[in-house]
Amino acid sequence: MNKVLEMRGIIKQFPRVLANDQIDFDLNYGEIHALVGENGSGKSTLMNILYGLYQSDGGEILVRGNPVQITEPRVAIDLKIGMVFQHFMLVEPLTVAENIVLGSELRKGPFLDYKQAVADVERLSKEYGLKIDPHAKISDLSVGLQQRVEILKALYRGAEILILDEPTAVLTPQEVDDLIEVLKTLRAKGTSIVFITHKIREVLAVSDRVTVLRRGKKVGTKATKDTNEQDLAEMMVGRVVLLRVNKEPAQPGSDVLEVKNLSVKDPFGNLRVNGVDLTVRSGEVLGIAGVEGNGQSELVEAIAGLQRAEQGTISLNGVDITNWSPLKIREAGFGLVPEDRHRRGLVLDYSVADNLILGLHGKTPFVHHVGLRHEAAIQANAEHLVEEYDIRPSLPHQLAKRLSGGNQQKVVVAREFTQNPKLLICAQPTRGVDIGAIEFIHQQVIKQRDQGAAVLLVSAELDEVLSLSDRVAVMYNGKIVSIMSAEEVTEHKLGYLMLGGRLEDYQGEGGNGHEN
Amino acid sequence: MKTKLKAFPWQEVLIPIVAVFLALLVGSGFILLVGENPLMAYSVLFRESLGSTKNIATTLQRATPLIFTGLAVAFAFRGGLFNIGAEGQLYIGAFAAAWVGFTFDLPRLIHLPLAVFAGMVGGALWGAIPGYLKAKLGVHEVINTIMLNFIALFLTDWLATGPFHGGTWVPETARIKSTAALARLYPPTRLNTGIYLALVAALVAYLILWKTKRGYELRAVGLNPTAAEYGGINVARNTVIAMALSGALAGLAGTEQILGLHNRFILRFSPDLGFMGIAVALLGKNHPVGVVFAAVLFGALQSGSAAMDRLTAVPRELITIIQALIIFFVAAEYLIRKMLRLKEEA
Repeated sequence: MNKVLEMRGIIKQFPRVLANDQIDFDLNYGEIHALVGENGSGKSTLMNILYGLYQSDGGEILVRGNPVQITEPRVAIDLKIGMVFQHFMLVEPLTVAENIVLGSELRKGPFLDYKQAVADVERLSKEYGLKIDPHAKISDLSVGLQQRVEILKALYRGAEILILDEPTAVLTPQEVDDLIEVLKTLRAKGTSIVFITHKIREVLAVSDRVTVLRRGKKVGTKATKDTNEQDLAEMMVGRVVLLRVNKEPAQPGSDVLEVKNLSVKDPFGNLRVNGVDLTVRSGEVLGIAGVEGNGQSELVEAIAGLQRAEQGTISLNGVDITNWSPLKIREAGFGLVPEDRHRRGLVLDYSVADNLILGLHGKTPFVHHVGLRHEAAIQANAEHLVEEYDIRPSLPHQLAKRLSGGNQQKVVVAREFTQNPKLLICAQPTRGVDIGAIEFIHQQVIKQRDQGAAVLLVSAELDEVLSLSDRVAVMYNGKIVSIMSAEEVTEHKLGYLMLGGRLEDYQGEGGNGHEN
Repeated sequence: MKTKLKAFPWQEVLIPIVAVFLALLVGSGFILLVGENPLMAYSVLFRESLGSTKNIATTLQRATPLIFTGLAVAFAFRGGLFNIGAEGQLYIGAFAAAWVGFTFDLPRLIHLPLAVFAGMVGGALWGAIPGYLKAKLGVHEVINTIMLNFIALFLTDWLATGPFHGGTWVPETARIKSTAALARLYPPTRLNTGIYLALVAALVAYLILWKTKRGYELRAVGLNPTAAEYGGINVARNTVIAMALSGALAGLAGTEQILGLHNRFILRFSPDLGFMGIAVALLGKNHPVGVVFAAVLFGALQSGSAAMDRLTAVPRELITIIQALIIFFVAAEYLIRKMLRLKEEA
């Protein structure tokens, strides 16, 4: 018996969907098993069942050969199963050591035995080669280090089976490299790891085996060495997928967006954008790479008129639009795919049809001159766009909140793109969107570019920036630190710049030992 | 969903109905406590509120102001605002209507519409104040509407006992001219043409909310103000407009009470009609059609309660309990969904 875990015929029925349809999954001792699939394919559900957060409606679970009933996370922890969630569950004002022992802390009388906690963390940290300062406050740590704390927390509780739910979604490329090293170390120490992701390249870099789910069903399990990128993408999506965007070289025209010395403050008075200069020409895609929170959001919002520019100017086709109202900026030929579609891009309780006119709702043909809605035009517009952008289900009166993330994003994209704006900003256009929809959205972005739009792309996904952009800028700490043409860029160079490195000091790849 | 009849929201309708049923069920426990037969008491209640044309007329008369205040609260709510100030807007509207009614001598065709219009404008201005404070200064409308209730109350107290006192020993203004009065429809009941006004108001509220650009903007602001802003919608302006229109509806409630019932402004005439509007809106799921039905139900409970009090040992306060229970069960929507095994609306 070399299986530490076996899940057989797991079924989970949610009110509207069969999330897991007779899924088999197993894990060998000391292996990294990648669990992949698009959003909504049921991978998180399956692991939440294993961790006791959901109860399955059928099937059985064997841990170390024994059938078990995992009714709650406590049971899972007792079975030496640990889980690291996408959203960390750390107490920010507390120290690393305090967080790690939290819930199973040793006491000295009524007090926490802090010295012992620190000693335990140091021992664990040494044993697994996970460097961390036990006295550091969580709020002072980078996301990558916070994740390391989560892993240590699971190990402290004796986890031999470690589940990582999309661990790389929040990391920079360098941090991803570090995590992969950590996982390999853990594997060498005998920990069995389930690695949930939808990024194929990580699967290939780290896993021993890979299981693909699609729409709640298991597509198959393969040894990683027997598969490749294209093969996995097809298994995930169920059809042949274009992994690279097909595009011609850009034919840039005149300057459309000109940002000069722009500074933006957040509501608390902190300077988030600090003297940015930027130009985007018609017919090109300028990509902005950067770790989130370095001022990209504020830059975009200021251009859109949604946040005040403290200083500097923004002009669109030579017209100064600085601090205009969002409506006037739109009418000047501006479209925006906002980074957070739930916060900005959609009224979730509105129908698809009504969402498809947000921002255009006051214009002909959607309104008669007395201010009455033109229902027929709204309906016709929706039917047309639902078809053209393949929004599913193709029901214009469906509420937007009933759509999957990918289809919600298509609603936003359809609305913004069909106006053929002169300036189009796409902020995180494929966040939380599955591969099939990503492919489609990328093609649409290039189509807009080829029709002469100036496209500003802001994305935390380096792949996306690299495959779409004609020029790439890196934003760090409120400033544009570098603008390069697409040919000069490598992922590694970008990662270096994104973390605040200077181009002059860049040593090239291989400097820190892990490239792929 | 609202634009398509085929997607009729059955669940939205079912839950209030179940809530009413449960309230009556629990209420029957209280009736048993006072030693009466619940079926008996409820049949009296039913007969006395809906059992004859006269009783129906009384029920509708009771429902009329509740339709207005219910619409007022629902309208603001659709714009993302909690208007607890319908009571104050009602008093200001009522006084404005009364003032036009007793001050001017005009032909009926001008006088009545003018008085109604004055009532609307009075309420609208009183509603616009907290709307403006919210839009410009970010002051929460709940605080401001509550405070403005007191100001409206004491302001009209002073107006009706001071500068516009009617000269009798009663704290009220002079009578309005007959040219400004709403006609009685079914004497001796006090049902008046205000009911038509209320139904028109419900229709207009519906049309504004779902068939105009303005309504699209108002509801977008109510559902997701950040997305509305992104869509080029002026959130501040729509906040003021929503509160003003809400206030106008509340003002009409006061107008109907003055021009149709009391024919003069009486100090503190409202039996908490503005606050009842919150309950009506809640039961009516903030939809004009729902509000009308909810108001009629509350009207029926009130008009039947007096007879129930008279003819059985059940005190009329039971009706207050039942109204409270209805609100309780509507608020406990989750419980009802579980009972009915309705699928969770994700």
